[in-house]
Amino acid sequence: MSNEPATTSDTMLTRRALVAGGVAICLVPIASGAAQATPAEMADAIRALTGGTTVKPGRVKLVLPELAENGNIVSLSVNVDSPMTDADHVKSVHIFSEMNPITTLVRFHVSPRAGRNPTLLTNIRLADSQRVTAIAAMSDGSFWSSDANVVVTIAACIDGG
Amino acid sequence: MPQPTRIVLPASAKKGEVFQIKTIIQHEMESGFRRNDRGVAIPRHIITSFVVTYAGAEIFRADVFPGVAANPYFAFTTTATETGEVVFTWTDDRGDVTTERRTLTVT
Amino acid sequence: MRVLLPVLLASLAWSAAAADERPSPPRPGVEFQSSDTRQMQGDEGANPGMLWVEQGASLWRRPEGPAQMSCARCHQDATVSMKGVAARYPAVDAASGALLNVEGRINQCRKTRMSVVPFAYESNELLALTAFVTHQSRGIPRKVAVDGPARPYFEAGRTFYASRQGQLNLACGQCHTDNAGKRLRGDVISQGQTDGWPAYRLEWQTLGSLHRRLRACSLGVRADVLDYGAPEYLALELYLGWRGEGLPIDSPGVRR
Repeated sequence: MSNEPATTSDTMLTRRALVAGGVAICLVPIASGAAQATPAEMADAIRALTGGTTVKPGRVKLVLPELAENGNIVSLSVNVDSPMTDADHVKSVHIFSEMNPITTLVRFHVSPRAGRNPTLLTNIRLADSQRVTAIAAMSDGSFWSSDANVVVTIAACIDGG
Repeated sequence: MPQPTRIVLPASAKKGEVFQIKTIIQHEMESGFRRNDRGVAIPRHIITSFVVTYAGAEIFRADVFPGVAANPYFAFTTTATETGEVVFTWTDDRGDVTTERRTLTVT
Repeated sequence: MRVLLPVLLASLAWSAAAADERPSPPRPGVEFQSSDTRQMQGDEGANPGMLWVEQGASLWRRPEGPAQMSCARCHQDATVSMKGVAARYPAVDAASGALLNVEGRINQCRKTRMSVVPFAYESNELLALTAFVTHQSRGIPRKVAVDGPARPYFEAGRTFYASRQGQLNLACGQCHTDNAGKRLRGDVISQGQTDGWPAYRLEWQTLGSLHRRLRACSLGVRADVLDYGAPEYLALELYLGWRGEGLPIDSPGVRR
């Protein structure tokens, strides 16, 4: 077409990438040897949060898909069982990964105004199949947790375009 | 430069009603862990903080890390207390700030 | 050697049985995604593609160029004037005889009626306006004209769809007609419908045009990747529109 505008994405598909043949990805997700959190780091991060107080499973419900179609965006929902009164409420919710380069994914700070049994939604990135942990810090100083295991797959027809 | 956003919240609510607010901001959330095809690390560029106030009081805050997906989505609930302004502020690691305001009418 | 030649010639094209040329029923692209992805598409507060629809609404009103024209100056309220428009695209432009998709029509307007520079494919602006215009056809069944001046383009698209291409020597139909609904490694193969486009692709972490996806398909079979807006992709877009006749537009889609 004579009025074809210049394209902006041509640099993404170089001849080299095409000729390379294999499932060509111009952007390598994590190079081998790059940083990756360890379970020990996750334990440290949790201890930094709790000051050593025991974290009890329950009262928190972390929902993630069992199978994520793409690790770039994984839908996360976390619900906390709490009356959310001034006397008894969730102060913050922390999401941890055991495999991502950085163990803390996100921290939410909520107020009692969030209403009873509040639900928080976001999308996270997962570097690999792994377990994700949510920990809620309550106003009475207690900590409660929920885990979810996610298998991260990658699309068969990935492009790099 | 402020980034495009998408905010969904009701225009009005009854006093005492708990309602949900959904927010998305356009941001690449470059993690800093990716390399280009020459092996050079792509610099990190992420939103680091998202704060929401309602009639001056903070109702939600997120500390955001590279593990949050691109075009960050946050949905949360709050209680309708009074007619007032809801202010959404996203800050990224270059100091760029995006602010959006919506008015909530409480009947 | 003499036996090989007919075998080689026979392998150049693929064809569906006449009765099977169009899938019955045509199934929306979103049905082939995971339940999380379907949910993301269906929730207008969570669908990341809506970021571009909103930007498009803004750009629609933005005056530009020597005459300070905007889309709104001629087309007024898009929710009225654009309703149903994208559902009949691509379409032949009566004046020039060219086949235009929504992107092409937007750029043609910019150039000839607004006297401003066209937007590049995959620019935020073109994505936003395309998403905004297409979104106004939400729920309206696709119906493209394939007769009269559209006929040659339709036939070209039909031939393209049936032609084996690339190092993998695959025709579109071999996946999207013969194997729709079956698995390709972890994925479920779709019918290759266009009802959800432009779409937010999880892999791209951004909204992208149909042509970006078609380029990725070409790359997928190791065929030459054609330019954005290439006549082959436009003709294919028309053919795919015919193939998906009756499917309600559901854009912006969310895809893996």
